[in-house]
Amino acid sequence: MSAVMPVDLPIDEEGQDELSRGARRADKIQLGATKRKLSSPWATAAALIIAVLWTIPTFGLLISSFRPRELIQTTGWWTVFENWGWTLDNYSTALQTGNSQLNMAGAFVNSFAITIPATVIPISIALLAAYAFAWMDFRGKDTLFILVFALQIVPIQMALIPLLQLFSQGTIFGFPVIEAFGSFGYAQVWIAHTIFALPLTIYLLHNFVSEIPREVIEAARVDGAGHGQIFFRLILPLTMPAIASVAIFQFLWVWNDLLVALIFADGNVAPITKLLAEMTGSRGQDWHLLTAGAFIALVVPLVVFLSLQRFFVRGLLAGSTKG
Amino acid sequence: MSDFFRWLSTLNPWLEIIVIVGIFLAVVGLILFFIEIAPRKGRMYTIIRLIACVLGPVLVLFLLQSWVEAMIAAAVLGLLFFFLDKRARDGAGSLFQLFGFLTPAIVLLAIGLIVPTIQTTVQAFMNSRGNTFVGFENFAWIFTQPANVRIVINTIVWVLVAPIISTIAGLAYAYFIDKSRGERYYKILVFMPMAISFVGASIIWRFMYTVRPAGSNQIGFLNQIIVWFGGQPLNFLAVEPWNTLFLIVVLIWIQTGFAMVILSAAIKGVPTEQLEAAELDGTNAWQKFINVVVPGIRPALIVVLTTISIASLKVFDIVRTMTAGANNTSVLANEMYTQFRSFEAGRSAAFAVILFILVLPIVIYNAVQLKKQREVR
Repeated sequence: MSAVMPVDLPIDEEGQDELSRGARRADKIQLGATKRKLSSPWATAAALIIAVLWTIPTFGLLISSFRPRELIQTTGWWTVFENWGWTLDNYSTALQTGNSQLNMAGAFVNSFAITIPATVIPISIALLAAYAFAWMDFRGKDTLFILVFALQIVPIQMALIPLLQLFSQGTIFGFPVIEAFGSFGYAQVWIAHTIFALPLTIYLLHNFVSEIPREVIEAARVDGAGHGQIFFRLILPLTMPAIASVAIFQFLWVWNDLLVALIFADGNVAPITKLLAEMTGSRGQDWHLLTAGAFIALVVPLVVFLSLQRFFVRGLLAGSTKG
Repeated sequence: MSDFFRWLSTLNPWLEIIVIVGIFLAVVGLILFFIEIAPRKGRMYTIIRLIACVLGPVLVLFLLQSWVEAMIAAAVLGLLFFFLDKRARDGAGSLFQLFGFLTPAIVLLAIGLIVPTIQTTVQAFMNSRGNTFVGFENFAWIFTQPANVRIVINTIVWVLVAPIISTIAGLAYAYFIDKSRGERYYKILVFMPMAISFVGASIIWRFMYTVRPAGSNQIGFLNQIIVWFGGQPLNFLAVEPWNTLFLIVVLIWIQTGFAMVILSAAIKGVPTEQLEAAELDGTNAWQKFINVVVPGIRPALIVVLTTISIASLKVFDIVRTMTAGANNTSVLANEMYTQFRSFEAGRSAAFAVILFILVLPIVIYNAVQLKKQREVR
């Protein structure tokens, strides 16, 4: 999580296309005056080189994950045409490897069991709060909102250990506050992710929710709708695309997280990132397992990213990333 | 509540997802229901409201821990709240609605961020068992051990190098591909590492860096390149002090896509008239870039730089997975976890506090910029 301010930028990918199309047309009229610098062969070449450089690492991993064990250990993946050989064994072996409590296949399922609730819960809670901050009047509203926003400066490292004590012993400063539930399943990971996501999510959703025209809300109020109905009938449908952007972020962030998982997800509820990190420590040279394992962990975020890229970019441009 | 979680943990994970999400959404639905009927007139609504006011706090406390006294206190508070609410400024039910919307978030933030931050700060001045006040001993320990000083320096190197290089690379790329054919696909290629976890990226790069003894076939691509050029294979992760830079490469690889997307959108926002005006003045491409485009995207540049700076300050996964801090590559976040694992709670907290202090100025700068922007508008 990080404190980031909003950027005022054209938000939609479509809008961007539209804009660039318009610009291109204008360029043509101007005899390509503006366009010349952009289509310079040097720039194109440089772009191509960067694109290739950025893709090679992932590409090499993908190729390697399908090569037989002996070939990975002795030859580079770029010699794949000279040393021909393909297999799916790495994947089936990788899915079976793990520690005494859990294998990769189980960890993959765990990742879903952690990520889906840890996406739905914070976004619902944040949306409630965002609505109150945007459309309800109360004393100290601005102060409270700035306070919530400012909480982003707290690195989650500051909160980990006390939160762990709260979950496992039920104590704050040594005083019993709640019933301890430390060792039961995913509960503490859900709650931890929910809490850490709230400041940024409330801020982002507030930006979107407050953009709804005042007249729309007022018209609904005149028609006799209460806050509950406005929230349910107006806010929810109107901000659905924004909610989707934020949800994709949260999903990717939770899926890819390691730190929270290391502290809160022990034993048989560990997500795939934790198992992978463990495997790099203990079997760091077993490249046939590591490449396949890494690809299993990559595939879900990659599919989400590639299929929902439009929303993802919109979320980014709304002024956010978590790091 | 612990009984509920215990029961939940016996289910199949997929069923668990459905049950917890279902129950949670039902609770949110209930809150919204009460919010909706809160301002309505009529005896029945009053009674429902009264029940909600008292039952809500009681139920929460019952779920957390069954304290009779606490429940009575909650019930009294609930009643008080009910009567306050009836006389509230904005009419009956308004306070109730406000609490319904805000309480879940505020309570979680208070329990999960505000209180722990205070606790960690206190912990930083305690001994490893957390029962004796030791003053600045933990901090003194950090700044007198050469290995620890190295950790702080490493973190600073991360913050100096990663944001600048990824921003420059992202900006160059965004500018090069701007309005070119197939811009979309170019973008996806560089943006893709954003979706990959730091752990996954670390494995990818460990593979790139793998070394095998000189003379045998290399399987790490970078070492192969070195060999092709006639060099000796290099154990990238063991050569001090450069190994920290080789770790930073991974973060740069991930963050360039982010910088590129934000900056690309900003570049498209630079007015065409300005570019054309510069063109008419006879500037060359480089001058146009420096004098027109860069000033035009200044706010976006600041956003990108701050975001990546904060990410590099807090970097943990990459160091943990690639070297686990061996060969003097450790950073604050990693060392904080290492100390926590070896039951040195005080030292761990001290590292967290240093991290917090380092993040602070970046965020304050950010806030000042935001304020300035607002004033200009």
